[in-house]
Amino acid sequence: MSEPNEHSQARPVTLRVNGTEHRGQVEPRKLLVDFLREDLGLTGSHVGCEHGICGACTILINGEAARSCLMLAVQADGAELMTVEGLAPQSGGPPALPGKTGQLHPLQTAFWEHHGLQCGFCTPGMLMTAYDLLQTNAAPSEAEIRAGLSAVLCRCTGYQGIVEAVQAAAETLRAGEEDQ
Amino acid sequence: MEEFTPKLVGARVKRREDQRLLTGQGAYVDDHHPPGLLHAAFLRSPYAHARMTQLDTSAARTREGVVAVLTGKDLVSLVKPVRAVSKMREYKETSFPPLAVDKVRYVGEALAVVIAENRYLAEDAIEWIRVEYDPLPTVANERDAAQPDAPVLHDEAGSNVLLSREFARGDVDAALAGAAVRVRDRFRFRRHATVCMENRGCLADYRAGTGELTLRSATQCPGLLRDVLADLLDMPEHYIRVVAADVGGGFGAKSSLYPEEIVLCAVARLLKRPVKWISDRQEDLKTSTQAWDEIVDAELGLQADGTIIGLRADVTTDIGAYSIYPWTATVEPIQTISFLSGPYRMPHYRGRNRGVATCKAPMGPYRGVGRPITTFVLESLMDRAARRLALDPAELRLKNYIRADEFPYKTPSGLVWDQASLTECMQKARDVLDSDATAQWRVQARAAGRWVGVGFATYIELTGVGSAIPVSPGMPIATGTEAAFLRVDPAGTVIATFSVAPQGQGHETALAQVVADALGVSFGSVRVICGDTALAPQGTGTYASRSAVLAGGAAIRAGQALKEKALKIAGHMMESNPADLDIRDGQVFLRDKPERRLPFRDVAKTAYAGLRRLPKDMEPGLEVTRFYDPFFGTASSATHAAVVEVDTETYAVTIKRYIVVEDCGRIINPLIVDGQVRGGVAQGIGAALYEEVVYDDEGQLLTGSLMDYLVPTASELLPIEVHHIETPSPTTLGGFRGMGEGGTIGAPAAIANAVSDALAHLGIEINEIPMTPEKLFRLVRAAGADGR
Ligand code: FES
Ligand code: FES
Repeated sequence: MSEPNEHSQARPVTLRVNGTEHRGQVEPRKLLVDFLREDLGLTGSHVGCEHGICGACTILINGEAARSCLMLAVQADGAELMTVEGLAPQSGGPPALPGKTGQLHPLQTAFWEHHGLQCGFCTPGMLMTAYDLLQTNAAPSEAEIRAGLSAVLCRCTGYQGIVEAVQAAAETLRAGEEDQ
Repeated sequence: MEEFTPKLVGARVKRREDQRLLTGQGAYVDDHHPPGLLHAAFLRSPYAHARMTQLDTSAARTREGVVAVLTGKDLVSLVKPVRAVSKMREYKETSFPPLAVDKVRYVGEALAVVIAENRYLAEDAIEWIRVEYDPLPTVANERDAAQPDAPVLHDEAGSNVLLSREFARGDVDAALAGAAVRVRDRFRFRRHATVCMENRGCLADYRAGTGELTLRSATQCPGLLRDVLADLLDMPEHYIRVVAADVGGGFGAKSSLYPEEIVLCAVARLLKRPVKWISDRQEDLKTSTQAWDEIVDAELGLQADGTIIGLRADVTTDIGAYSIYPWTATVEPIQTISFLSGPYRMPHYRGRNRGVATCKAPMGPYRGVGRPITTFVLESLMDRAARRLALDPAELRLKNYIRADEFPYKTPSGLVWDQASLTECMQKARDVLDSDATAQWRVQARAAGRWVGVGFATYIELTGVGSAIPVSPGMPIATGTEAAFLRVDPAGTVIATFSVAPQGQGHETALAQVVADALGVSFGSVRVICGDTALAPQGTGTYASRSAVLAGGAAIRAGQALKEKALKIAGHMMESNPADLDIRDGQVFLRDKPERRLPFRDVAKTAYAGLRRLPKDMEPGLEVTRFYDPFFGTASSATHAAVVEVDTETYAVTIKRYIVVEDCGRIINPLIVDGQVRGGVAQGIGAALYEEVVYDDEGQLLTGSLMDYLVPTASELLPIEVHHIETPSPTTLGGFRGMGEGGTIGAPAAIANAVSDALAHLGIEINEIPMTPEKLFRLVRAAGADGR
């Protein structure tokens, strides 16, 4: 005999992710990152600790970096989210052929060029954190980049390629602004 | 066989795997949600050592969404117990049940599994399992474990000492008795956690229709898992497919067989539905194999002129509660006494070890296995000797390195170093450091009251190990070969499949470079697939710095074999002698008349066009499988140099410069190599300064979250200066040497030596890592200095 479960009273949730509106029914206790990954199929945001330290789950909520493992999906009701899948102008299309590059955000291009990733597990959280950093500080120093990125753990790279990538991306983005 | 001519090999080619990983399109285990998926959660022991007197799952079975609950007893009929076998003498084989039966031996050991419709419900139901424990005395550390009256963890072994071994050459006691200078100390590496950013996890799926079982796992060793699972589940190997697609870091911790992998396979077969388990961080810290926890008592003897005459050492390793498959509990302790003689001429040597079982998570391989601590011990002794003899530490090393004309050099433990660039690495490291300027800076800084120091560490290691010796002693499985499965499709694309399985090392790029060069086609026309036993059935995986050597060698052999056949076909098509033809940039051409050419694509198409278009008696098709066994393996070596400052107020260590000069033979992709070195050094810095797994006397893990176990962030690290001496290995195909572990091997030793140098005026010599501010504070206090 199953007992009625107090958790199973699903609530309606409406949120925008990467510009697209999603409506869903979600248990109040479900973590936002689980909702994104399981209900919306956006598996780019990773879960590395579920206790707010590793930063792999970092996304933008209403324009600011936040850990999607420390929030319930119902708390994000009505919010505007951006995940790594929304970073490139058009991603999610067919996989790029070898040697052919799809559209990438300057941060993604810089990570590629500067070997800012190895296993790639920290990468989505790292990219979103860097994106947030460059939004508030368009010309960060190396120390500022390191401090900003210290919110995300990477076990593979030693951060050197990541720091170089963020420096390079900052330059590209500033040059782009000047052009306009 | 034709010489291998590198073209793409050596180029800084951007990685092909990055595109998907940067856009959130990676395929880690947890990203898979097949229809009908069930989720597993494990009940884990809160006790370090206890007998289970009652295990009642009846209430849990009735909870919402629960499909099954299984205990160790339920599994007995479904899978065989795991035995970590080794033919090594003085090794006691023990069982590691996938779910504990009767008794638990460490906090976190799994004893029951709940399978439910989602993970939340599975975790809810775990709370409803009733267990009664009869606690047994905890075996808290290696000292207690080895006492004659200690409680025994494994009754079948009769003692907690599960292994012991000795390697010796010459008469070390006599040699040391006659030494002009002897230096000795007790060295200690505290327990270490790997902390891959992706926690362990797996997904098993059984298809009743075909009888095929697929396990997706965050593993380094899909081939190895497939073989052992076939045995444990009593299934033919070819009915089991193990896939490791994208894996979020491994560093050794994902190279062993884990209980959860076995349980999920058994359950999926039982329920005929896919089942997934993803570890949370706490489980990962409690149950992934841990590393080190070793004590080394070592003594080095030298002549008055600084010539080494002998080394003796006793090693004790806390191997945790279980001996793991396939490496066994011998993996770290044996490598420690194997590598302890280091890069020096060592006429007399004796290394003894003991591995003792305690109530902690099992010890397993971690980046560098045995070599980080041996480098720390020997290089610390070298600096102590230099201080006693008033010699320059670098000069003392240069004097004792195995000389160029002494290679191949057989070590006291029987390993063979084919060749290494020890002197060159040290000289270059001194140049890069600008020794004179640094020495001057050190004098000035010290005059100003600052605690600054410089430290070196040199290591030599064995990589790309072939079949001459098993990767772990006495291990029955073959680790000496890997294969390349190359297939050219009629459109001219090369699909290169390998049984190695990366977790960030960039095989899809590096191996494509090798294949492209061996065959003469463009990088873009080679696609590399790794980590799927259905596609690459023979081989074990990626561990022990072997992939570049073994898979790279197999790639060269396969590429050259394909080229040979392609040239025969092209010769027929061009009415030329195949010996006069070559392939470059995807074009077959006549060497003497390069304008006579044919696209490789046309040759590929012809290969499948049937006998009418092919040379007489040639079998259609264009694909080969080639194996490679480097037999002995090849040496890699490096010198690391660290410049540090110890804060006189906070005792925090700041690394001001970190230099690596290494020789990993012919470099396939400098971008990847530098990344591996830097990442390895970062882990070594973490180990040297921050990271320590702590259990209390009750065997409770005190570092069960990332708030307690400190992994360095970007703020703690600095740019690592990496330089290369590129000497192609004389013994491997392509001249490649392995290098994935080296960064971690050198860093603790170099940093410890630099800290000892910074504190030398206080008479402090570091003999333990991590060097936390608290430990340094205690040392300074004990030395009678107040910090100024
Ligand atoms: S998973 Fe959210 S911070 Fe680690
Ligand atoms: S790339 Fe592996 S954790 Fe950062």
